[in-house]
Amino acid sequence: MSRRIIFYAYLVCLMLPLYWLINLSFKANVEISTTMTLWPAVPTLSNYAVIFTAPEWFDGFRFSLTYVALNTIISISVALPAAYAFSRYSFLGDKHLFFWLLTNRMAPAAVFALPYFNLYSSIGLFDTVWAVALAHCIFNVPLAVWILEGFMSGVPREIDETARIDGYSFPRFFIKIFIPLIASGIGVAAFFCFMFSWVELLLARTLTNSKAISSIMTRTVSASGIDWGLLAAAGVLTLIPGALVIWFVRNHIAKGFALGRV
Amino acid sequence: MIKSVDNRAWFLVLPVFALVAFNAIVPLMTVVNYSFQDSFGNNQFFWNGLGWYQELLDPSSELGGRFFAALGRSAAFSLGILAIEVPLGILVALCMPRDGAQLAIGLVIMALPLLVPWNVVGTIWLLYTRPDIGLFGWLINAVGIDFNATKNAAQAWFVLIAMDVWHWTSLVALLCFAGLKSIPDAYYQAARIDGASRLAIFRYIELPKLGRVLMIGVLLRFMDSFMIYTEPFVVTGGGPGNSTTVLSIDLVKIALGQFDLGKAAAMSIVYTLIVLTVCWVFYTVLVTRDSQTVERPEVPS
Amino acid sequence: MAQIELVDLAHAYWTHAEPADYALKPMTTTWRQGGAYALLGPSGCGKTTLLNIISGLVTPSRGKVLFDGVDVTGLPTERRNIAQVFQFPVVYDTMTVFDNLAFPLRNRGLDRRAVEARVREIAGLLDLTPDLSRRARGLGADAKQKISLGRGLVRPDVAAVLFDEPLTVIDPALKWELRSKLKALHRALDVTMIYVTHDQTEALTFADTVVVMHDGGIVQSGRPDELYDRPRHTFVGHFIGSPGMNFMPAQVMAAQAQVGEAMIPLARSYPALSAGAKLAIGIRPEHLRLSAHGEHRARLERVEDLGRVRYARLNFEGHRLAALVPEGEPPPSGPDIRIAFDPARIHVYADNLLVGEP
Repeated sequence: MSRRIIFYAYLVCLMLPLYWLINLSFKANVEISTTMTLWPAVPTLSNYAVIFTAPEWFDGFRFSLTYVALNTIISISVALPAAYAFSRYSFLGDKHLFFWLLTNRMAPAAVFALPYFNLYSSIGLFDTVWAVALAHCIFNVPLAVWILEGFMSGVPREIDETARIDGYSFPRFFIKIFIPLIASGIGVAAFFCFMFSWVELLLARTLTNSKAISSIMTRTVSASGIDWGLLAAAGVLTLIPGALVIWFVRNHIAKGFALGRV
Repeated sequence: MIKSVDNRAWFLVLPVFALVAFNAIVPLMTVVNYSFQDSFGNNQFFWNGLGWYQELLDPSSELGGRFFAALGRSAAFSLGILAIEVPLGILVALCMPRDGAQLAIGLVIMALPLLVPWNVVGTIWLLYTRPDIGLFGWLINAVGIDFNATKNAAQAWFVLIAMDVWHWTSLVALLCFAGLKSIPDAYYQAARIDGASRLAIFRYIELPKLGRVLMIGVLLRFMDSFMIYTEPFVVTGGGPGNSTTVLSIDLVKIALGQFDLGKAAAMSIVYTLIVLTVCWVFYTVLVTRDSQTVERPEVPS
Repeated sequence: MAQIELVDLAHAYWTHAEPADYALKPMTTTWRQGGAYALLGPSGCGKTTLLNIISGLVTPSRGKVLFDGVDVTGLPTERRNIAQVFQFPVVYDTMTVFDNLAFPLRNRGLDRRAVEARVREIAGLLDLTPDLSRRARGLGADAKQKISLGRGLVRPDVAAVLFDEPLTVIDPALKWELRSKLKALHRALDVTMIYVTHDQTEALTFADTVVVMHDGGIVQSGRPDELYDRPRHTFVGHFIGSPGMNFMPAQVMAAQAQVGEAMIPLARSYPALSAGAKLAIGIRPEHLRLSAHGEHRARLERVEDLGRVRYARLNFEGHRLAALVPEGEPPPSGPDIRIAFDPARIHVYADNLLVGEP
């Protein structure tokens, strides 16, 4: 039973900072800065009203979700054939290539911020969803390849061979038979791509002119100091897409974190 | 699994290669290029050879001292969070219910911090730990400890580490949980029959099975914690003073704050090489372990 | 070392199960100290459940488990003095083979010298001596299962060693060798062994008492020859022997059985058969003679040549029968042949149960 207590204590520790964020988001700045209340004494929606009436907040959300979705689609679709190659064939330089891919997952974003700005400006994509969606591929594509490779290696080769004998062409086999078999792996990879693209800030801010939702949040800092209530409300809103994604995949989380490799 | 040799597989890898190379090679070349040059501003560059590197790796120089101090802080941060997150993650995984509604709710709550944008993570902890408006800061002050992370370096470190533990322990725990679930019941039954203690079960059954996922977890956590930028930037901004200026923050200060592109580039290269070396060691260990456990499938899970 | 008694034992995996859902139907049996038992039955008949109840991994829904008269029903596995070997090898990957074998002993606080001696003895019996200092991780499935067997056998004080289909993952050639090794170990160690299997050859060669389970209940237990010669249940007749016993629904009148049109004489008369019971007669293939002078007509469908023996597949009065073709005789020819039943070897079954001596 003490195990359960540890587990619930951990969950409470996870929830407390989130609770505090939500708590502050329903308070007016006067209440925040003058009294310490465990729940809003005078609950107000004014912070949210500011956000919902200002178009740049809405646009920021739309912009961010667009590049996240684009990035997830691009990452998964290029990673699928590559992961298949790594899981099924041995070819010239495969191990080095695999490690090189993974190194890009390791490269510090801070290192690349400035060169990225130069690169995407020079090809005219600066300040578009495409710039961020493509830039995020540097860490999401290797991750997707790595996760999908794990899942694909769990599918017996005999399936490929049977399909070939049954007269399936490679593209038809891949789309009709193989992809459904690793559907859960695709789901897991998509989840991680979404996650890392959604939470990343540095590149998103460098490659756009303050369009991503994360950059817009910095606007809560004004000459008169930080607007705490507004900051908290914006923070709460950025939790929602993540929470929704988790809710949809809640039955697959445990399996997903096995990454097909345990 | 025996793979067939076929170099045509390169065609399947080509899109990934092109996309990642576009993102990696051109910017990397830019960085390398900068690192060998100096500038008087106005986009006029001249060749500086290994000058920046010599300065960077010489702890007695201004740049070198600063670099090694930041490197030390980054290493300390990574080691600190690993030392907490790995044991805590294992503990949480061991304490998780195996199934049922409690597990489902627990999993959702645990996954939540992982999907919080990193600047919002910083914001949450800023709001949570400030002595004037934060629950945590207020509570600590209420019990008589003077708590203010913007003034006290040790407290700033405490907040950063607590924040990272809050943010990422669930990742380690979820990986371990998946690893634990893959242990067949027969192992636990055999251990009971052999009269193994709880500790022995952990030491000889669970820990060996967790070895693999822990490697993955440590690797991911090392990479991300060593490169951490956004969260400390929001919470402490590297302060008070330079006490929480980790490598990434220093790098951005040099590159974008002072516009010392040559210094920043040389620093980036050294920084990347360090991350790569450590990761290469991990990767090698991981791959070697894999090849040792190829004949795994004798136990159905 | 102990005598194991199961008293009025039954088990259901759901709490409010109907008797029909019981994984184990009520049973009372005794397993004597030092016996070599085989628990034989098809998959899903409840043998593993019974084994896990004896070892304490499963607590029975009702009834008692007694070790030497002491009720251990509520005791957990680790306090029962039971060793168990599982279907798939369970080894502690990070330990050496020696440490694996020593593990159950060390956990029970044996001193180092005793551990060393016992481990070396068991390793010797299982041919593991050359591998003792190797790490278990790198070994093949065969060697791993030998370690599992060794861990089951290493404790000198166990009440019984339970084997749950331990040779499933082993190569056929090695299987035979390990089985005879287990038999030798049983003699050398004088310990009760209960061996679960669905393979009759394994059961019949290993055990001195074979317990046949069917549908959650024990249908017969006895020496292998008893099971073969006098199956007490049609299931035992079917399950043991390959091909199994021939069964034909029949009418039994005094000392004759009528199958279809044919009247088959029996060794004795059966006066007291209850009226509503479903009657059948059973005969082993080798007691059914193919003979030109046989009194019954049958149609030959085909002859199966299994190398060492040949079986004729017959159709007799609409029932499929197998008959052994005696060695040295030419295979019967022609679709129409004649057969004879050995009256002394015909058993009569009422509602699947053997009708015993009056």
